[in-house]
Amino acid sequence: MNPEVMTAPSIDYIALLPYIIVGAAGVIGVIVEAFVGRNGRRPIQLVLAFGSLIGAFGVLVVNRTTLGLQAEGAIAIDGPGILFMGLILLLAILVALLMSERQLDPAGDAFAPRASALPGSDDERELTTRGYFQTEIWPLFLFSVFGMMLFVTASNLLVLFIALEIMSLPLYLMAGMSRRRRLLSQEAALKYFILGAFSSAFLLFGIALLYGYSGSVEFSVIADALAAEPGQTALVVGGVALLSVGLLFKIGAVPFHAWVPDVYQGSPAPVTAFMAAAVKVTAFGALLRVMYVALGGVRWEWEPLLWIIAGLTMLFGSVVAIAQTDMKRMIAYSSIAQAGFILIGVSTATAEGLYASIFYLVAYGFTTIGIFAIIAMVRDAGGEMTRLDQWAGLGKRSPLVAVSFGIFMFALASFPLTSGFIAKFLVFESALAVDNLGLVIVGVIASVMAAFFYIRVVVIMFFREPVEGSPAAAVPSATTTLALAVSAAVTVILGVLPEPVINLIEQAGVFLR
Amino acid sequence: MSVDNYIILACVLFTLGAIGVLVRRNAIVVFMSVELMLNATNLAFVAFARMNGNLDGQVIAFFVMVVAAAEVVVGLAIIVTVYRSRRSASIDEPNLLKY
Repeated sequence: MNPEVMTAPSIDYIALLPYIIVGAAGVIGVIVEAFVGRNGRRPIQLVLAFGSLIGAFGVLVVNRTTLGLQAEGAIAIDGPGILFMGLILLLAILVALLMSERQLDPAGDAFAPRASALPGSDDERELTTRGYFQTEIWPLFLFSVFGMMLFVTASNLLVLFIALEIMSLPLYLMAGMSRRRRLLSQEAALKYFILGAFSSAFLLFGIALLYGYSGSVEFSVIADALAAEPGQTALVVGGVALLSVGLLFKIGAVPFHAWVPDVYQGSPAPVTAFMAAAVKVTAFGALLRVMYVALGGVRWEWEPLLWIIAGLTMLFGSVVAIAQTDMKRMIAYSSIAQAGFILIGVSTATAEGLYASIFYLVAYGFTTIGIFAIIAMVRDAGGEMTRLDQWAGLGKRSPLVAVSFGIFMFALASFPLTSGFIAKFLVFESALAVDNLGLVIVGVIASVMAAFFYIRVVVIMFFREPVEGSPAAAVPSATTTLALAVSAAVTVILGVLPEPVINLIEQAGVFLR
Repeated sequence: MSVDNYIILACVLFTLGAIGVLVRRNAIVVFMSVELMLNATNLAFVAFARMNGNLDGQVIAFFVMVVAAAEVVVGLAIIVTVYRSRRSASIDEPNLLKY
């Protein structure tokens, strides 16, 4: 490569505007933190966050017909990519609504006034009595959303890795910022960070091996190299395996799930909602693109691997969730099980599997946001009350909240007339279309086991007498109510009238190369 | 000397880093082991760049260094916060979250 003939890359800034809006809002947020007085920060951060997320979504909708490879083939803005970005932005708007909640906790929002103050110290008490709030969480949140948008559209393994880190590094910090139960929260952040860094090192080494094999990190070149030489070398097998480890870690599939329960339990509820909904959608988006586009040529290698992992993930998540006594932990194991069901769709390697996975992610994402909105509402002076027995009698004390939580539980248990039923039906159908009956049978067994613990929550809420000290759900402000209403509405509408969304997903077509 | 030797060295260093993460108890040392894994990957990238005869791998190594530096900032912030509230950097001691 002669430096004299190098040409500047051509970049279509209009096509990349959604990324630029969110990323720039994050950068401006950091500057606001540095230069604006303590009381002025929150309104500016809220305007930046909501303005950029809604603005990026609007630009995405306007730009939806301009498809193609952008930035010298590093970013693929195609139908599924736009769907994933739109879904991530919608989920992020709902999470932002949860994060801006200030009425549930008597001391303010869900985040520590200063993350560096020692838990239980005089310092921290003084910050709380003075009514200090932390607003650094907003730029971190926007950076993470930016990374997610990049992650699902990366068409180049280097961009994939960078986007993974942009998404993850702010999340590690956000996990440790809970206002209540701070030791738990810090422990969650430490575990998430160590295991996350460990897994991204595996991902990176996988990238190195695939680069060594094909001489490029572009998905299309790797796909061509695999097509030209069907014989497997150690570089391909090792590269595919290590790359999958890194992606399956983010998804929380067995055997890379160890961090999920701990991090979901320790993080503040709005951040857990973000991780459970948006991160899972993002990781599946990237996994689908890598497997279908770059590694489609060796799908006989990774399909059986994904079958085994999907089966293990469904069964393990469902069985272990039955034994849980903590609500957040139970939802964490349930999210592991749900990841297994989505992996069925991924493992088919067909367009139907892709559509089914996307529909499942839409249904799962909104339901999960609603669940964590309610978990944040059921609380006492010490923070969220997450022990299952503390939820007894919630149906009598806060009927509306309990009914919405019941809807979400029925959706996760995939009862008819909820989004979960249609989602599971589509996923199983796509697996049957490729004659994978075994995986469907395992999936049905796992769903039956999973139904037990979802229904148990409903029984505890409605048919058990309230115990001493179990309070009604706190009255939230309009923001949480809105997020909750939207997620409940989507859960029901997708169950009753799924056709418009299914059509939208099928119109999106397949991944571009 | 053949390029293969560098790749073998990268694999050995990566494995040593992975073993370090799994067996060491101090969060700082665990973190250093992760950095060793990233640097082993850098070596692999540069060796593969030589083998493939293009510059991509060398450029990627720079990106990885920047990412590793960002990871240090976030990681040390978390480890120091945990150390201050627990007076220990052991990764066995924080055990409130389990089962």
